[in-house]
Amino acid sequence: MKNYIYMDNSATTPVKKEVLDEMIPYFIENYGNPSSIYSLGSKSKNAVESARDKVAKVLGAKSSEIFFTGGGSESDNWAIKGIAFANKNKGNHIITTKIEHHGVLHTCEYLERKGFKVTYLDVDEYGMIDINDLKNSITDETILITIMFANNEIGTIQPIKEIGEIAKEKGIYFHTDAVQAVGHVKIDVNELNIDLLSLSAHKFYGPKGIGALYIRRGVKLDSLIEGGAQERSRRAGTENVPGIVGLGKAIELAYENIDENNEKLITLRERLIKKVFDSIDYVRLNGHPTKRLPGNVSFCFKFIEGESLLLSLDMEGIAGSSGSACTSGSLDPSHVLLAIGLPHEIAHGSLRLSLGDFNTKEEIDYVVEKLTEIVQRLRDMSPLYEKAKEEK
Amino acid sequence: MYSEKVMEHFRNPRNVGEIPDADGVGEVGNPKCGDIMKMYLKIEDGIIKDVKFKTFGCGSAIASSSMATEMVKGKSIDEAMKVTNKSVAESLDGLPPIKMHCSVLAEQAIKAALLDYSNKNNIYIDGLEDFDPTEDPHDHH
Repeated sequence: MKNYIYMDNSATTPVKKEVLDEMIPYFIENYGNPSSIYSLGSKSKNAVESARDKVAKVLGAKSSEIFFTGGGSESDNWAIKGIAFANKNKGNHIITTKIEHHGVLHTCEYLERKGFKVTYLDVDEYGMIDINDLKNSITDETILITIMFANNEIGTIQPIKEIGEIAKEKGIYFHTDAVQAVGHVKIDVNELNIDLLSLSAHKFYGPKGIGALYIRRGVKLDSLIEGGAQERSRRAGTENVPGIVGLGKAIELAYENIDENNEKLITLRERLIKKVFDSIDYVRLNGHPTKRLPGNVSFCFKFIEGESLLLSLDMEGIAGSSGSACTSGSLDPSHVLLAIGLPHEIAHGSLRLSLGDFNTKEEIDYVVEKLTEIVQRLRDMSPLYEKAKEEK
Repeated sequence: MYSEKVMEHFRNPRNVGEIPDADGVGEVGNPKCGDIMKMYLKIEDGIIKDVKFKTFGCGSAIASSSMATEMVKGKSIDEAMKVTNKSVAESLDGLPPIKMHCSVLAEQAIKAALLDYSNKNNIYIDGLEDFDPTEDPHDHH
């Protein structure tokens, strides 16, 4: 078999060597607790604060507005529950979208069970919200708008600046789940009027299990994890020092050459899309053609099912993922693909290939070659394809 | 996630295709659920001489179809009627719980093809009285 080709960078990324090198000393030599007053503790404390500065710099925020968490899901839970519980005297209404990550969707459903009202905005065929829908959904009771920066399945980037302006004008808190965007898209929280932002290190070549929540100064929210006085008494628990150091290094690297990197990624992405459309029929691109993450490609192949496609790709040494939740314990097709209006049978045939820094032109060509063979093989087995040919 | 047997049948499915002059054709499942199986039978003197299938579905749906065709090929109608979802799953060294409906579909596809044969030829097949090919296999979880 050829070398393994990894095209699931939206699921997770490998830790870069430079990142791991910075982390290692904080496991063995500099193991002090950042809260301890002796010098070993101070070393850890300084490392944590230096990483905080790096995150703040990238987002155009103040260091005191960055709080480390256990990852994207914790950040989402904290932002949404924290705002809801701390502001329930002002109102009980939250606005989000139908295509959020489950970290947001399930948190909103939890709050509904606790008596909050949630509006789930529709999206168009590209996965984009309608700004007028958002405006019309706002009531006197609205306390939070939580809308993802970029979608994890189809890559569509939302009109964050316009959302931020509306939220600011109406005096409503704006949280964005930017887990897929941070490290890949330039973000300035002030320019975009973002009040809270979730990010996760393993999406940009940092370690797993570490993330952050940006909280604008003055934003009132409850803590999710009670305990010690870490993170300015807002998120208890001894800091994951090596993880935080890794996050800091990874975010710094990600933005060092971001324009160049993205140009390279977009070229690869467009090559992949064009080649697939040239070699395979009955295929559609999901998500917005241009307003999408640099590395995200999402297709639906008619007449075949996503899981058998993934298994076949894996047999050729190619790792991708399906929008269909088939492998994750649910047989229903993805809520995102249904929200953009795809019928069930088409949503079942989805494939996401998410490109990263280590993918090459040669890999793209190899993947398209194999994909073409696999799609044809599965279609030759499919009674739906047989019918379509007869109708043609 | 899958047994070696499932993967082997997925990689090299047996009896894929159509039989243009089939004596019985059965189609079960629906595209909404993400799986459809179509089974073709060639029957002579009560013996299944040939069998082919086409399947739209996940890896275990394709493997279950393939295994089911092997289990009925060359067998009598009575023997084919004894193929159950359990025996298909067991022959594949098991299926994940969430995929058990695939083996149910395989059993139903065989029975649906036999029912078609029975209706076309006015031949009574013991055990098909209560068979409903439109029953949702997802209820069998």
